[in-house]
Amino acid sequence: MVSLAPDAPLTGAAPLTRRSLFRRRSAVPGFGLTLGITLLVLSLIVLIPLSSVAIKAAGMGWPDFAAAAFSTRALDAYRLSFGAALIGAGINGVFGALTAWALVRYRFPGRTLLNGLVDLPFALPTAVAGIALATLYAPNGLFGSALAKAGIKSAYSPLGVVIALTFVGLPFVVRTVEPVLRDLSTDVEEASATLGAGRLQTIARVVAPALIPAWLTGFALAFARGVGEYGSVIFIAGNMPFKTEIAPLLITMQLEQFDYASASAIAVVMLGVSFLLLFLINAIQAWSRRHEG
Amino acid sequence: MAGLTLPPRAAAAAAPPAVGQDPPWVRALVLTAVVGFIGLFLFAPLAMVFVGALSKGVGPVLHALAQPDSLSAIGLTLLVAAIAVPVNAVFGVCAAWAVAKHSFPGKAFLITLIDLPFSVSPVVAGLIFVLIFGLQGWFGSWLSDHDVKIIFAAPGIILATIFVTFPFVARELIPLMQAQGVDEEEAAATLGATGLQTFWRVTTPNIRWGLFYGVLLCNARAMGEFGAVSVVSGHIRGQTDTMPLHVEILYNEYDFVGAFSVAALLCLLAVVTLALKALVEALEPQFLESGAPRHGV
Repeated sequence: MVSLAPDAPLTGAAPLTRRSLFRRRSAVPGFGLTLGITLLVLSLIVLIPLSSVAIKAAGMGWPDFAAAAFSTRALDAYRLSFGAALIGAGINGVFGALTAWALVRYRFPGRTLLNGLVDLPFALPTAVAGIALATLYAPNGLFGSALAKAGIKSAYSPLGVVIALTFVGLPFVVRTVEPVLRDLSTDVEEASATLGAGRLQTIARVVAPALIPAWLTGFALAFARGVGEYGSVIFIAGNMPFKTEIAPLLITMQLEQFDYASASAIAVVMLGVSFLLLFLINAIQAWSRRHEG
Repeated sequence: MAGLTLPPRAAAAAAPPAVGQDPPWVRALVLTAVVGFIGLFLFAPLAMVFVGALSKGVGPVLHALAQPDSLSAIGLTLLVAAIAVPVNAVFGVCAAWAVAKHSFPGKAFLITLIDLPFSVSPVVAGLIFVLIFGLQGWFGSWLSDHDVKIIFAAPGIILATIFVTFPFVARELIPLMQAQGVDEEEAAATLGATGLQTFWRVTTPNIRWGLFYGVLLCNARAMGEFGAVSVVSGHIRGQTDTMPLHVEILYNEYDFVGAFSVAALLCLLAVVTLALKALVEALEPQFLESGAPRHGV
Protein backbone atom coordinates (compact mmCIF):
# COMPACT_ATOMS: atom_id res chain seq x y z
CA MET A 1 0.00 0.00 0.00
CA VAL A 2 3.02 2.27 0.16
CA SER A 3 3.87 2.40 -3.53
CA LEU A 4 1.86 4.71 -5.70
CA ALA A 5 3.46 3.28 -8.82
CA PRO A 6 0.80 1.45 -10.76
CA ASP A 7 3.05 0.77 -13.68
CA ALA A 8 6.18 -0.42 -11.95
CA PRO A 9 6.58 -3.98 -13.33
CA LEU A 10 6.10 -2.84 -16.90
CA THR A 11 9.00 -0.45 -16.87
CA GLY A 12 11.47 -3.20 -17.70
CA ALA A 13 9.53 -4.31 -20.74
CA ALA A 14 9.43 -1.99 -23.72
CA PRO A 15 6.08 -0.25 -23.28
CA LEU A 16 5.89 0.96 -26.86
CA THR A 17 5.78 -2.55 -28.27
CA ARG A 18 3.16 -3.83 -25.90
CA ARG A 19 0.21 -4.94 -27.94
CA SER A 20 -3.31 -5.69 -27.09
CA LEU A 21 -6.24 -6.89 -29.11
CA PHE A 22 -8.63 -4.76 -27.15
CA ARG A 23 -7.31 -1.25 -27.37
CA ARG A 24 -5.73 1.35 -29.51
CA ARG A 25 -2.02 1.16 -28.84
CA SER A 26 -0.92 3.85 -26.46
CA ALA A 27 2.54 5.01 -25.58
CA VAL A 28 1.42 5.39 -21.98
CA PRO A 29 2.54 2.31 -20.06
CA GLY A 30 0.86 0.47 -17.23
CA PHE A 31 -2.48 -0.39 -18.80
CA GLY A 32 -2.46 -4.09 -17.98
CA LEU A 33 -1.35 -3.65 -14.39
CA THR A 34 -3.64 -0.75 -13.45
CA LEU A 35 -6.68 -2.29 -15.15
CA GLY A 36 -5.86 -5.58 -13.44
CA ILE A 37 -5.70 -3.96 -10.00
CA THR A 38 -8.89 -2.00 -10.73
CA LEU A 39 -10.84 -5.10 -11.74
CA LEU A 40 -9.46 -7.16 -8.85
CA VAL A 41 -10.25 -4.61 -6.14
CA LEU A 42 -13.62 -3.78 -7.73
CA SER A 43 -14.57 -7.46 -7.73
CA LEU A 44 -13.34 -8.18 -4.21
CA ILE A 45 -14.77 -5.08 -2.52
CA VAL A 46 -17.89 -4.30 -4.56
CA LEU A 47 -19.12 -6.90 -7.04
CA ILE A 48 -18.69 -10.18 -5.18
CA PRO A 49 -20.00 -8.79 -1.86
CA LEU A 50 -23.01 -7.23 -3.62
CA SER A 51 -23.82 -10.55 -5.28
CA SER A 52 -24.21 -12.13 -1.83
CA VAL A 53 -27.53 -10.35 -1.32
CA ALA A 54 -28.93 -11.58 -4.64
CA ILE A 55 -27.70 -15.13 -3.96
CA LYS A 56 -29.22 -15.14 -0.47
CA ALA A 57 -32.55 -13.85 -1.78
CA ALA A 58 -32.54 -16.26 -4.73
CA GLY A 59 -32.10 -19.16 -2.31
CA MET A 60 -35.37 -18.33 -0.54
CA GLY A 61 -37.75 -19.36 -3.29
CA TRP A 62 -40.47 -17.04 -4.58
CA PRO A 63 -43.16 -17.50 -1.87
CA ASP A 64 -40.76 -16.82 0.99
CA PHE A 65 -39.20 -13.94 -0.90
CA ALA A 66 -42.57 -12.33 -1.62
CA ALA A 67 -43.68 -12.83 1.98
CA ALA A 68 -40.58 -11.04 3.27
CA ALA A 69 -40.14 -8.38 0.59
CA PHE A 70 -43.83 -7.47 0.24
CA SER A 71 -45.19 -7.91 3.77
CA THR A 72 -47.47 -5.12 5.01
CA ARG A 73 -44.67 -3.84 7.23
CA ALA A 74 -42.19 -3.80 4.34
CA LEU A 75 -44.68 -2.09 1.99
CA ASP A 76 -45.32 0.60 4.62
CA ALA A 77 -41.56 1.07 4.99
CA TYR A 78 -41.05 1.45 1.21
CA ARG A 79 -43.96 3.88 1.03
CA LEU A 80 -42.39 6.03 3.74
CA SER A 81 -38.84 5.84 2.33
CA PHE A 82 -39.87 6.55 -1.26
CA GLY A 83 -42.59 9.06 -0.38
CA ALA A 84 -40.46 11.10 2.01
CA ALA A 85 -37.51 11.00 -0.39
CA LEU A 86 -39.76 12.25 -3.18
CA ILE A 87 -41.11 15.14 -1.08
CA GLY A 88 -37.60 15.98 0.16
CA ALA A 89 -36.28 16.01 -3.42
CA GLY A 90 -39.23 18.20 -4.41
CA ILE A 91 -38.46 20.75 -1.67
CA ASN A 92 -34.83 20.72 -2.77
CA GLY A 93 -35.96 21.05 -6.38
CA VAL A 94 -37.63 24.38 -5.60
CA PHE A 95 -35.20 25.86 -3.08
CA GLY A 96 -32.12 24.31 -4.71
CA ALA A 97 -32.93 26.04 -8.00
CA LEU A 98 -33.48 29.35 -6.17
CA THR A 99 -30.18 28.88 -4.28
CA ALA A 100 -28.31 28.19 -7.52
CA TRP A 101 -29.93 31.29 -9.06
CA ALA A 102 -28.91 33.47 -6.11
CA LEU A 103 -25.33 32.10 -6.06
CA VAL A 104 -24.79 32.66 -9.79
CA ARG A 105 -26.74 35.85 -10.47
CA TYR A 106 -26.53 37.88 -7.27
CA ARG A 107 -23.63 39.36 -5.33
CA PHE A 108 -24.52 39.79 -1.68
CA PRO A 109 -22.70 39.82 1.66
CA GLY A 110 -22.24 36.29 3.02
CA ARG A 111 -22.39 34.70 -0.41
CA THR A 112 -19.13 32.79 0.13
CA LEU A 113 -20.37 31.47 3.47
CA LEU A 114 -23.67 30.41 1.91
CA ASN A 115 -21.81 28.71 -0.90
CA GLY A 116 -19.70 26.78 1.60
CA LEU A 117 -22.68 25.81 3.76
CA VAL A 118 -24.44 24.20 0.79
CA ASP A 119 -21.87 21.38 0.83
CA LEU A 120 -22.32 20.71 4.55
CA PRO A 121 -24.52 17.60 4.09
CA PHE A 122 -21.66 16.01 2.09
CA ALA A 123 -19.15 16.59 4.87
CA LEU A 124 -21.20 16.27 8.06
CA PRO A 125 -21.59 12.70 9.38
CA THR A 126 -25.22 11.62 9.10
CA ALA A 127 -25.49 10.65 12.77
CA VAL A 128 -24.44 14.17 13.79
CA ALA A 129 -27.08 15.67 11.50
CA GLY A 130 -29.55 13.16 12.91
CA ILE A 131 -29.17 14.09 16.58
CA ALA A 132 -29.05 17.81 15.77
CA LEU A 133 -32.29 17.68 13.75
CA ALA A 134 -33.97 15.42 16.30
CA THR A 135 -33.12 17.86 19.10
CA LEU A 136 -34.30 20.89 17.10
CA TYR A 137 -37.61 19.32 16.09
CA ALA A 138 -38.37 17.38 19.28
CA PRO A 139 -41.59 18.54 21.00
CA ASN A 140 -39.44 20.55 23.46
CA GLY A 141 -36.92 21.66 20.83
CA LEU A 142 -36.49 25.10 19.28
CA PHE A 143 -38.48 24.41 16.12
CA GLY A 144 -40.45 21.44 17.40
CA SER A 145 -42.14 23.41 20.17
CA ALA A 146 -43.14 26.19 17.77
CA LEU A 147 -44.58 23.66 15.33
CA ALA A 148 -46.31 21.83 18.18
CA LYS A 149 -48.09 25.06 19.14
CA ALA A 150 -49.39 25.20 15.58
CA GLY A 151 -50.61 21.62 16.01
CA ILE A 152 -47.92 20.10 13.78
CA LYS A 153 -45.98 17.09 14.96
CA SER A 154 -42.55 17.22 13.35
CA ALA A 155 -40.12 14.84 15.03
CA TYR A 156 -41.26 11.23 15.50
CA SER A 157 -43.66 11.54 12.57
CA PRO A 158 -43.32 11.13 8.77
CA LEU A 159 -42.67 14.89 8.62
CA GLY A 160 -39.47 14.28 10.59
CA VAL A 161 -38.31 11.83 7.90
CA VAL A 162 -39.00 14.48 5.24
CA ILE A 163 -36.96 17.06 7.19
CA ALA A 164 -33.97 14.72 7.49
CA LEU A 165 -34.10 13.72 3.81
CA THR A 166 -34.36 17.38 2.77
CA PHE A 167 -31.14 17.98 4.71
CA VAL A 168 -29.16 15.11 3.12
CA GLY A 169 -30.38 15.88 -0.40
CA LEU A 170 -29.87 19.64 -0.26
CA PRO A 171 -26.59 20.01 -2.22
CA PHE A 172 -27.61 17.95 -5.25
CA VAL A 173 -29.97 20.28 -7.13
CA VAL A 174 -27.85 23.35 -6.29
CA ARG A 175 -24.65 21.75 -7.54
CA THR A 176 -26.14 20.31 -10.73
CA VAL A 177 -28.06 23.46 -11.77
CA GLU A 178 -25.38 26.00 -10.76
CA PRO A 179 -22.73 25.25 -13.45
CA VAL A 180 -25.32 25.10 -16.25
CA LEU A 181 -26.78 28.40 -15.12
CA ARG A 182 -23.31 29.95 -15.00
CA ASP A 183 -22.51 28.80 -18.53
CA LEU A 184 -25.84 30.06 -19.80
CA SER A 185 -25.03 33.33 -21.51
CA THR A 186 -27.13 36.31 -20.50
CA ASP A 187 -27.06 37.27 -24.19
CA VAL A 188 -29.96 34.94 -24.95
CA GLU A 189 -31.98 36.55 -22.18
CA GLU A 190 -31.16 40.02 -23.49
CA ALA A 191 -32.09 38.88 -27.00
CA SER A 192 -35.35 37.54 -25.70
CA ALA A 193 -36.05 40.83 -23.90
CA THR A 194 -35.12 42.85 -26.98
CA LEU A 195 -37.57 40.84 -29.02
CA GLY A 196 -40.31 41.93 -26.65
CA ALA A 197 -40.61 39.01 -24.23
CA GLY A 198 -41.51 39.84 -20.66
CA ARG A 199 -39.22 38.71 -17.84
CA LEU A 200 -41.48 35.81 -16.88
CA GLN A 201 -41.76 34.73 -20.50
CA THR A 202 -37.97 34.78 -20.84
CA ILE A 203 -37.55 32.68 -17.69
CA ALA A 204 -40.17 30.16 -18.77
CA ARG A 205 -39.25 29.91 -22.44
CA VAL A 206 -35.48 30.56 -22.50
CA VAL A 207 -33.90 29.89 -19.10
CA ALA A 208 -35.98 27.01 -17.75
CA PRO A 209 -35.66 24.68 -20.78
CA ALA A 210 -31.86 24.99 -20.64
CA LEU A 211 -31.83 24.07 -16.94
CA ILE A 212 -34.29 21.18 -17.00
CA PRO A 213 -31.86 18.29 -17.70
CA ALA A 214 -29.50 19.42 -14.90
CA TRP A 215 -32.45 20.04 -12.59
CA LEU A 216 -33.86 16.55 -13.26
CA THR A 217 -30.45 14.99 -12.61
CA GLY A 218 -30.15 16.82 -9.30
CA PHE A 219 -33.69 15.86 -8.34
CA ALA A 220 -33.04 12.17 -9.14
CA LEU A 221 -29.74 12.22 -7.22
CA ALA A 222 -31.41 13.74 -4.16
CA PHE A 223 -34.22 11.20 -4.39
CA ALA A 224 -31.80 8.26 -4.77
CA ARG A 225 -29.78 9.45 -1.80
CA GLY A 226 -32.92 9.86 0.31
CA VAL A 227 -34.27 6.39 -0.44
CA GLY A 228 -31.23 4.68 1.06
CA GLU A 229 -30.52 7.17 3.86
CA TYR A 230 -30.33 5.80 7.39
CA GLY A 231 -28.15 7.71 9.85
CA SER A 232 -29.82 11.10 9.77
CA VAL A 233 -33.35 9.63 9.77
CA ILE A 234 -33.43 7.12 12.60
CA PHE A 235 -33.04 9.71 15.37
CA ILE A 236 -35.87 11.95 14.20
CA ALA A 237 -38.24 9.33 12.77
CA GLY A 238 -39.50 7.63 15.91
CA ASN A 239 -39.14 4.24 14.20
CA MET A 240 -42.66 2.92 14.82
CA PRO A 241 -43.38 -0.15 12.62
CA PHE A 242 -46.04 0.57 9.96
CA LYS A 243 -45.85 4.31 10.73
CA THR A 244 -42.41 5.88 10.88
CA GLU A 245 -40.12 2.96 10.02
CA ILE A 246 -37.97 3.50 6.91
CA ALA A 247 -36.90 0.56 4.72
CA PRO A 248 -33.18 0.60 5.68
CA LEU A 249 -34.20 0.49 9.36
CA LEU A 250 -36.42 -2.55 8.68
CA ILE A 251 -33.34 -4.32 7.25
CA THR A 252 -31.41 -3.69 10.48
CA MET A 253 -34.44 -4.91 12.49
CA GLN A 254 -34.45 -8.20 10.55
CA LEU A 255 -30.68 -8.51 11.06
CA GLU A 256 -31.06 -8.08 14.81
CA GLN A 257 -33.41 -11.07 14.78
CA PHE A 258 -30.83 -12.98 12.65
CA ASP A 259 -33.41 -13.20 9.85
CA TYR A 260 -30.79 -12.70 7.14
CA ALA A 261 -33.07 -13.98 4.37
CA SER A 262 -35.79 -11.39 5.01
CA ALA A 263 -33.17 -8.65 5.31
CA SER A 264 -31.74 -9.72 1.95
CA ALA A 265 -35.19 -9.79 0.31
CA ILE A 266 -35.84 -6.16 1.31
CA ALA A 267 -32.28 -5.22 0.31
CA VAL A 268 -32.82 -6.73 -3.16
CA VAL A 269 -35.95 -4.61 -3.66
CA MET A 270 -34.04 -1.48 -2.62
CA LEU A 271 -31.05 -2.35 -4.81
CA GLY A 272 -33.40 -2.89 -7.74
CA VAL A 273 -34.88 0.58 -7.29
CA SER A 274 -31.38 2.09 -6.87
CA PHE A 275 -30.19 0.54 -10.12
CA LEU A 276 -33.33 1.70 -11.88
CA LEU A 277 -32.61 5.25 -10.67
CA LEU A 278 -28.97 4.96 -11.73
CA PHE A 279 -30.15 3.93 -15.19
CA LEU A 280 -32.62 6.81 -15.26
CA ILE A 281 -29.96 9.36 -14.26
CA ASN A 282 -27.63 8.02 -16.97
CA ALA A 283 -30.45 8.33 -19.49
CA ILE A 284 -31.19 11.94 -18.45
CA GLN A 285 -27.52 12.85 -18.78
CA ALA A 286 -27.21 11.18 -22.19
CA TRP A 287 -30.39 12.94 -23.31
CA SER A 288 -29.13 16.33 -22.12
CA ARG A 289 -25.79 15.80 -23.87
CA ARG A 290 -27.61 15.00 -27.11
CA HIS A 291 -29.63 18.18 -26.77
CA GLU A 292 -26.60 20.30 -25.99
CA GLY A 293 -25.13 18.89 -29.22
CA MET B 1 -20.58 8.78 -18.51
CA ALA B 2 -21.10 7.31 -15.15
CA GLY B 3 -24.22 7.35 -13.12
CA LEU B 4 -24.35 9.45 -10.02
CA THR B 5 -22.01 12.12 -11.23
CA LEU B 6 -22.35 15.83 -10.87
CA PRO B 7 -21.14 18.57 -13.18
CA PRO B 8 -18.45 21.05 -12.11
CA ARG B 9 -18.97 23.04 -8.99
CA ALA B 10 -19.09 26.73 -8.41
CA ALA B 11 -15.87 28.46 -9.16
CA ALA B 12 -14.90 30.87 -6.39
CA ALA B 13 -14.44 33.66 -8.88
CA ALA B 14 -17.50 33.19 -11.05
CA ALA B 15 -18.73 34.99 -14.14
CA PRO B 16 -19.16 38.76 -14.00
CA PRO B 17 -22.30 39.65 -12.08
CA ALA B 18 -25.36 40.29 -14.15
CA VAL B 19 -27.02 42.34 -11.46
CA GLY B 20 -29.90 44.52 -12.42
CA GLN B 21 -31.61 41.85 -14.48
CA ASP B 22 -34.10 41.07 -11.76
CA PRO B 23 -36.13 43.86 -10.18
CA PRO B 24 -35.06 44.58 -6.58
CA TRP B 25 -38.20 43.07 -5.07
CA VAL B 26 -37.60 39.75 -6.89
CA ARG B 27 -34.01 39.80 -5.71
CA ALA B 28 -35.09 40.46 -2.13
CA LEU B 29 -37.70 37.71 -2.30
CA VAL B 30 -35.32 35.10 -3.73
CA LEU B 31 -32.56 35.99 -1.25
CA THR B 32 -34.97 35.84 1.70
CA ALA B 33 -36.20 32.41 0.61
CA VAL B 34 -32.67 31.10 0.05
CA VAL B 35 -31.20 32.48 3.27
CA GLY B 36 -34.24 31.23 5.20
CA PHE B 37 -33.97 27.78 3.67
CA ILE B 38 -30.21 27.42 4.19
CA GLY B 39 -30.47 28.90 7.68
CA LEU B 40 -33.27 26.54 8.68
CA PHE B 41 -31.88 23.35 7.17
CA LEU B 42 -28.10 23.82 7.34
CA PHE B 43 -27.04 26.56 9.73
CA ALA B 44 -29.48 25.63 12.52
CA PRO B 45 -28.37 21.96 12.79
CA LEU B 46 -24.70 23.00 12.67
CA ALA B 47 -25.22 25.58 15.42
CA MET B 48 -27.35 23.10 17.41
CA VAL B 49 -24.40 20.70 17.71
CA PHE B 50 -22.14 23.31 19.30
CA VAL B 51 -24.93 24.75 21.47
CA GLY B 52 -25.77 21.23 22.64
CA ALA B 53 -22.14 20.46 23.46
CA LEU B 54 -21.43 23.75 25.24
CA SER B 55 -24.77 23.99 27.06
CA LYS B 56 -23.03 23.36 30.39
CA GLY B 57 -19.70 24.98 29.57
CA VAL B 58 -16.39 23.72 28.24
CA GLY B 59 -15.59 21.49 31.24
CA PRO B 60 -18.22 18.79 30.56
CA VAL B 61 -17.17 18.67 26.89
CA LEU B 62 -13.57 17.92 27.76
CA HIS B 63 -14.71 15.46 30.41
CA ALA B 64 -16.93 13.64 27.90
CA LEU B 65 -14.15 13.48 25.31
CA ALA B 66 -11.64 12.20 27.87
CA GLN B 67 -13.78 9.17 28.79
CA PRO B 68 -12.02 5.88 27.92
CA ASP B 69 -14.92 4.87 25.64
CA SER B 70 -14.74 8.16 23.76
CA LEU B 71 -10.97 7.91 23.37
CA SER B 72 -11.26 4.36 22.10
CA ALA B 73 -13.96 5.46 19.60
CA ILE B 74 -11.71 8.27 18.37
CA GLY B 75 -8.82 5.80 18.06
CA LEU B 76 -10.89 3.29 16.08
CA THR B 77 -12.21 5.99 13.75
CA LEU B 78 -8.65 7.18 13.07
CA LEU B 79 -7.50 3.58 12.46
CA VAL B 80 -10.37 2.88 10.04
CA ALA B 81 -9.68 6.06 8.07
CA ALA B 82 -5.93 5.40 8.12
CA ILE B 83 -6.53 2.11 6.29
CA ALA B 84 -9.60 2.85 4.15
CA VAL B 85 -8.41 6.18 2.73
CA PRO B 86 -4.98 4.98 1.42
CA VAL B 87 -6.57 1.83 -0.04
CA ASN B 88 -9.08 3.93 -1.95
CA ALA B 89 -6.42 6.46 -2.95
CA VAL B 90 -4.23 3.74 -4.49
CA PHE B 91 -7.26 2.16 -6.13
CA GLY B 92 -8.44 5.53 -7.41
CA VAL B 93 -5.08 6.32 -9.00
CA CYS B 94 -4.94 2.87 -10.64
CA ALA B 95 -8.51 3.09 -11.92
CA ALA B 96 -8.04 6.63 -13.24
CA TRP B 97 -4.79 5.65 -14.95
CA ALA B 98 -6.40 2.67 -16.68
CA VAL B 99 -9.60 4.51 -17.61
CA ALA B 100 -8.35 8.00 -18.47
CA LYS B 101 -5.03 7.26 -20.17
CA HIS B 102 -6.14 4.30 -22.28
CA SER B 103 -9.12 3.36 -24.40
CA PHE B 104 -10.78 -0.02 -24.30
CA PRO B 105 -14.28 -1.40 -24.82
CA GLY B 106 -16.61 -1.33 -21.82
CA LYS B 107 -14.99 1.75 -20.30
CA ALA B 108 -18.26 3.57 -19.60
CA PHE B 109 -19.64 0.43 -17.97
CA LEU B 110 -16.53 0.13 -15.79
CA ILE B 111 -16.99 3.73 -14.59
CA THR B 112 -20.62 2.95 -13.74
CA LEU B 113 -19.49 -0.09 -11.73
CA ILE B 114 -16.94 2.03 -9.82
CA ASP B 115 -19.75 4.47 -8.97
CA LEU B 116 -22.06 1.69 -7.82
CA PRO B 117 -21.40 1.98 -4.04
CA PHE B 118 -22.87 5.51 -4.11
CA SER B 119 -26.27 4.15 -5.12
CA VAL B 120 -26.32 1.42 -2.49
CA SER B 121 -27.97 2.16 0.87
CA PRO B 122 -25.34 2.19 3.64
CA VAL B 123 -27.34 -0.44 5.51
CA VAL B 124 -27.18 -2.78 2.49
CA ALA B 125 -23.43 -2.08 2.31
CA GLY B 126 -23.13 -3.43 5.84
CA LEU B 127 -25.50 -6.34 5.20
CA ILE B 128 -23.43 -7.76 2.31
CA PHE B 129 -20.38 -8.17 4.55
CA VAL B 130 -22.50 -9.83 7.25
CA LEU B 131 -23.77 -12.28 4.61
CA ILE B 132 -20.18 -13.15 3.65
CA PHE B 133 -18.25 -13.05 6.91
CA GLY B 134 -21.01 -13.33 9.53
CA LEU B 135 -21.51 -16.50 11.56
CA GLN B 136 -24.19 -17.77 9.14
CA GLY B 137 -22.30 -16.37 6.13
CA TRP B 138 -20.22 -17.92 3.35
CA PHE B 139 -17.03 -18.06 5.39
CA GLY B 140 -18.70 -17.95 8.82
CA SER B 141 -17.92 -21.46 10.03
CA TRP B 142 -14.36 -21.42 8.63
CA LEU B 143 -13.69 -18.10 10.32
CA SER B 144 -15.04 -19.22 13.68
CA ASP B 145 -13.06 -22.51 13.44
CA HIS B 146 -9.90 -20.50 12.95
CA ASP B 147 -10.90 -17.93 15.54
CA VAL B 148 -10.82 -15.02 13.09
CA LYS B 149 -13.27 -12.22 13.80
CA ILE B 150 -14.28 -9.96 10.92
CA ILE B 151 -17.88 -9.07 11.67
CA PHE B 152 -18.40 -7.33 15.03
CA ALA B 153 -14.69 -6.42 14.90
CA ALA B 154 -12.41 -3.85 13.30
CA PRO B 155 -11.82 -5.71 9.97
CA GLY B 156 -15.55 -5.68 9.15
CA ILE B 157 -15.79 -1.97 9.97
CA ILE B 158 -12.80 -1.28 7.71
CA LEU B 159 -14.25 -3.37 4.85
CA ALA B 160 -17.65 -1.66 5.04
CA THR B 161 -15.94 1.76 5.13
CA ILE B 162 -13.81 0.94 2.07
CA PHE B 163 -17.02 -0.07 0.27
CA VAL B 164 -18.95 3.13 0.97
CA THR B 165 -15.98 5.41 0.21
CA PHE B 166 -14.88 3.34 -2.80
CA PRO B 167 -15.66 5.82 -5.65
CA PHE B 168 -14.45 9.08 -4.06
CA VAL B 169 -10.84 9.32 -5.30
CA ALA B 170 -11.47 7.56 -8.63
CA ARG B 171 -14.30 9.85 -9.62
CA GLU B 172 -12.28 12.98 -8.83
CA LEU B 173 -9.29 11.75 -10.83
CA ILE B 174 -10.99 10.18 -13.87
CA PRO B 175 -12.49 13.39 -15.34
CA LEU B 176 -9.38 15.38 -14.38
CA MET B 177 -7.00 12.94 -16.08
CA GLN B 178 -9.31 12.56 -19.08
CA ALA B 179 -9.28 16.33 -19.57
CA GLN B 180 -5.48 16.41 -19.36
CA GLY B 181 -5.08 13.79 -22.08
CA VAL B 182 -2.01 11.66 -22.73
CA ASP B 183 0.24 14.10 -24.62
CA GLU B 184 2.58 14.78 -21.71
CA GLU B 185 2.91 11.11 -20.78
CA GLU B 186 3.55 10.18 -24.41
CA ALA B 187 6.19 12.87 -24.70
CA ALA B 188 7.86 11.55 -21.55
CA ALA B 189 7.81 8.00 -22.91
CA THR B 190 9.24 9.17 -26.23
CA LEU B 191 12.05 10.92 -24.41
CA GLY B 192 12.92 7.66 -22.69
CA ALA B 193 11.30 8.04 -19.29
CA THR B 194 10.30 4.83 -17.58
CA GLY B 195 6.67 4.32 -16.54
CA LEU B 196 7.53 5.10 -12.94
CA GLN B 197 9.39 8.27 -13.86
CA THR B 198 6.51 9.37 -16.07
CA PHE B 199 4.03 8.84 -13.27
CA TRP B 200 6.01 10.64 -10.57
CA ARG B 201 7.47 13.49 -12.62
CA VAL B 202 4.73 14.15 -15.18
CA THR B 203 1.37 12.87 -13.99
CA THR B 204 1.58 13.41 -10.23
CA PRO B 205 2.17 17.20 -10.42
CA ASN B 206 -0.87 17.49 -12.69
CA ILE B 207 -3.25 15.49 -10.53
CA ARG B 208 -2.10 16.41 -7.01
CA TRP B 209 -4.97 18.80 -6.31
CA GLY B 210 -7.54 16.38 -7.66
CA LEU B 211 -6.02 13.64 -5.54
CA PHE B 212 -6.00 15.87 -2.47
CA TYR B 213 -9.62 16.79 -3.10
CA GLY B 214 -10.68 13.17 -3.49
CA VAL B 215 -8.76 12.10 -0.38
CA LEU B 216 -10.34 14.96 1.59
CA LEU B 217 -13.91 13.92 0.74
CA CYS B 218 -13.07 10.23 1.12
CA ASN B 219 -11.66 10.90 4.59
CA ALA B 220 -14.70 12.91 5.71
CA ARG B 221 -17.02 10.10 4.68
CA ALA B 222 -14.75 7.38 6.12
CA MET B 223 -14.68 9.06 9.55
CA GLY B 224 -18.37 9.90 9.47
CA GLU B 225 -19.91 6.72 8.06
CA PHE B 226 -22.74 5.46 10.21
CA GLY B 227 -25.21 3.08 8.52
CA ALA B 228 -22.81 0.54 7.03
CA VAL B 229 -20.56 0.55 10.10
CA SER B 230 -23.52 0.26 12.43
CA VAL B 231 -24.57 -3.05 10.81
CA VAL B 232 -21.14 -4.72 11.04
CA SER B 233 -19.86 -3.23 14.30
CA GLY B 234 -21.84 -5.05 16.97
CA HIS B 235 -21.71 -1.88 19.10
CA ILE B 236 -19.29 -3.18 21.72
CA ARG B 237 -18.42 -0.17 23.86
CA GLY B 238 -14.75 0.62 24.00
CA GLN B 239 -14.00 -1.97 21.32
CA THR B 240 -16.02 -1.72 18.11
CA ASP B 241 -17.52 1.74 18.53
CA THR B 242 -16.49 4.38 16.03
CA MET B 243 -17.15 8.05 16.76
CA PRO B 244 -20.51 8.24 14.92
CA LEU B 245 -21.66 5.02 16.66
CA HIS B 246 -20.54 6.43 20.00
CA VAL B 247 -22.65 9.53 19.32
CA GLU B 248 -25.67 7.25 18.90
CA ILE B 249 -24.97 5.30 22.09
CA LEU B 250 -24.53 8.44 24.22
CA TYR B 251 -27.64 10.02 22.69
CA ASN B 252 -29.74 6.93 23.38
CA GLU B 253 -28.48 6.95 26.98
CA TYR B 254 -29.74 10.56 27.29
CA ASP B 255 -26.17 11.78 27.76
CA PHE B 256 -26.84 14.73 25.46
CA VAL B 257 -23.77 16.76 26.43
CA GLY B 258 -21.59 13.71 25.78
CA ALA B 259 -23.30 12.94 22.48
CA PHE B 260 -23.05 16.52 21.25
CA SER B 261 -19.41 16.77 22.43
CA VAL B 262 -18.34 13.83 20.25
CA ALA B 263 -20.63 15.20 17.52
CA ALA B 264 -18.93 18.60 17.78
CA LEU B 265 -15.58 16.96 17.17
CA LEU B 266 -17.00 15.38 13.99
CA CYS B 267 -18.51 18.75 13.09
CA LEU B 268 -15.09 20.38 13.33
CA LEU B 269 -13.83 17.72 10.94
CA ALA B 270 -16.62 18.64 8.51
CA VAL B 271 -15.91 22.37 8.82
CA VAL B 272 -12.16 21.84 8.28
CA THR B 273 -12.97 19.65 5.25
CA LEU B 274 -15.21 22.35 3.76
CA ALA B 275 -12.63 25.07 4.51
CA LEU B 276 -9.80 23.11 2.86
CA LYS B 277 -12.08 22.41 -0.09
CA ALA B 278 -12.85 26.13 -0.47
CA LEU B 279 -9.12 26.87 -0.17
CA VAL B 280 -8.24 24.45 -3.00
CA GLU B 281 -10.96 26.00 -5.12
CA ALA B 282 -9.70 29.53 -4.42
CA LEU B 283 -6.00 28.71 -4.92
CA GLU B 284 -6.40 26.46 -7.92
CA PRO B 285 -9.21 27.85 -10.04
CA GLN B 286 -7.68 26.20 -13.12
CA PHE B 287 -8.09 22.84 -11.38
CA LEU B 288 -11.82 23.42 -11.36
CA GLU B 289 -11.93 24.42 -15.00
CA SER B 290 -9.68 21.65 -16.22
CA GLY B 291 -11.02 18.65 -14.51
CA ALA B 292 -14.68 18.92 -13.66
CA PRO B 293 -14.27 17.50 -10.15
CA ARG B 294 -17.29 15.87 -8.66
CA HIS B 295 -19.04 15.78 -5.38
CA GLY B 296 -19.51 12.74 -3.29
CA VAL B 297 -23.03 11.50 -3.07
